[in-house]
Amino acid sequence: MKHTFFRLALGLSAIALLAACGGGDDTTATTTEAPLAAVVPSGGSGSITGLVSYSGDDTDAEINMDADPVCASAHSDPVSTESVVASDGNLANVFVYLKEGVGGSHTVSSEAVLLDQTGCTYVPHISGIQVGQKLVIRNSDPTLHNVHALPEKNKEFNQGQPFQNMELEKSFDTAEVMVRLKCDVHPWMSAYIGVVDHPYFAVSGTDGSFSIEGLPAGDYVVEAWHETLGTRTQSVTVGDGAVTVSFDYDA
Amino acid sequence: MVHAESPRALHRFAVFLASCVIGLIAAGGLVKSLEAGLSVPDWPTSYGGLNPPRWWEIENVRAEHGHRLIAGTVALMTVALAIWAWRREPRRWVRRLAWGAGVAVLLQALLGGLTVLLFLPTAVSVSHAALAQLFLCMVVAFALVTSRGWRESIASPELAATGRDLQALASGTTVLVYAQILVGALVRHTGSGLAIPDFPLMFGRWWPPQFDFSITIHLIHRIGAVLVTVAVVTLLVRIARCSSRRGFVVPAVAMGLLLVAQVTLGATIIWSGRAVLPNTLHVPTGATLLAASLILTLRSWRAAAAAPASSRTVGEPAMVAA
Repeated sequence: MKHTFFRLALGLSAIALLAACGGGDDTTATTTEAPLAAVVPSGGSGSITGLVSYSGDDTDAEINMDADPVCASAHSDPVSTESVVASDGNLANVFVYLKEGVGGSHTVSSEAVLLDQTGCTYVPHISGIQVGQKLVIRNSDPTLHNVHALPEKNKEFNQGQPFQNMELEKSFDTAEVMVRLKCDVHPWMSAYIGVVDHPYFAVSGTDGSFSIEGLPAGDYVVEAWHETLGTRTQSVTVGDGAVTVSFDYDA
Repeated sequence: MVHAESPRALHRFAVFLASCVIGLIAAGGLVKSLEAGLSVPDWPTSYGGLNPPRWWEIENVRAEHGHRLIAGTVALMTVALAIWAWRREPRRWVRRLAWGAGVAVLLQALLGGLTVLLFLPTAVSVSHAALAQLFLCMVVAFALVTSRGWRESIASPELAATGRDLQALASGTTVLVYAQILVGALVRHTGSGLAIPDFPLMFGRWWPPQFDFSITIHLIHRIGAVLVTVAVVTLLVRIARCSSRRGFVVPAVAMGLLLVAQVTLGATIIWSGRAVLPNTLHVPTGATLLAASLILTLRSWRAAAAAPASSRTVGEPAMVAA
């Protein structure tokens, strides 16, 4: 029984290895788990929770996907650009991270961050990643995409994913808030990734809330970044418990 | 000097190739107008193969990959032209011109690939645009010098009396048009097309109230348009006064019409917020204007070379019989 299990595991591993090698270069056809952008590090017992509020309306523009029939047929309802996603006075897609006050070195998460191209949009639109952490970029669409990263501090890349379920693995060498990615085939496709050299970041949800946990006690500068509304900065002192901060954006 | 005759089919093929080159330049203009230059991220392959899946259905990939397919076809046609000329064209310098076009189109392909692989650096993209126009000039020149009209012009004493002032005026206009196209390429590839957002005024005035790199090169392009207009109108007047020969009148009239079209397209680009159609047509129209100016220039040089010394007066137009 033990030998049978071992042979089965060996066979499956060989098949997985062949599948992984099939894509060539760093493009693979394997499936990777998809953790969310926010991580829960274990550096301490403090946390920063809060809310991002917005005094304006949801001003997202509707996307015309007629340039690719596959994209146009993927949606029965209108799709927006996600540049300003707000409801009930709360703002989503705000990248919140510790800008100053984080010392020492931090273990890079072994979990990959997934950026999916589905319905000819990037999901998630905003995410965060640690320096050196694996980024998996997947094409879930039955059409081709190119993934074009436009960093200023990291290395620019532009790679094609002509077939569905192709995956591309990348990582960033330098902290950079934010790195923009776009698809030159479908000009409306845009995503931003915050690259930081520690695990203390989060992205506000549709209710505007965010939470950064596992913080050591100390004084920090917290920055909120939004792609069109800009940045807001606050200084906070974190102890053993939760500290609440809020960021306010005007229209 | 009478030289052996070039094959008429070779001349016709060269004319067809020249029209294909203008089509290729238009396709390149479309790629830039759609900002589709990186929609096929690899080169010389396209998404790892010869043809990306569904490439004809997807607007940006259709533009970029279509540009590559047209370019490949034009390159093959140019090599065929060079081989044909090598075997059948009696004049050595004309054969060299054909080979020069072959080398130019291959360099052009390399520049096109390089600009994709290097993420469209301005220097490489502008060089790609500049070499495209030189390549067109080579093919147009080849088509002209292999034409029957070129051979007949040498035997025409009245045309030979046209003089060097026309030669200088036409040459200067061609250089000016080419320089204007280079500045235009710089405007396009630095995203400066709307740096001055209104036309004919500039920020509501007759002179920009502020300057940066984009505004400066945009302004230079507008000033260049004025200079080209003055040069073309002067050339038209000069041709109208001194020659009614078809070989001069046709390209001169074509230049006038192309100039009107080009200025209208330039204004429409501003008024439409850089709409794709005028933004694209602005490129091949400029190239055709350059081609017409080159034809006129080469014919004027041909006439001046055959003119007797006594007729080569500057500023004194010589009447040429129809």
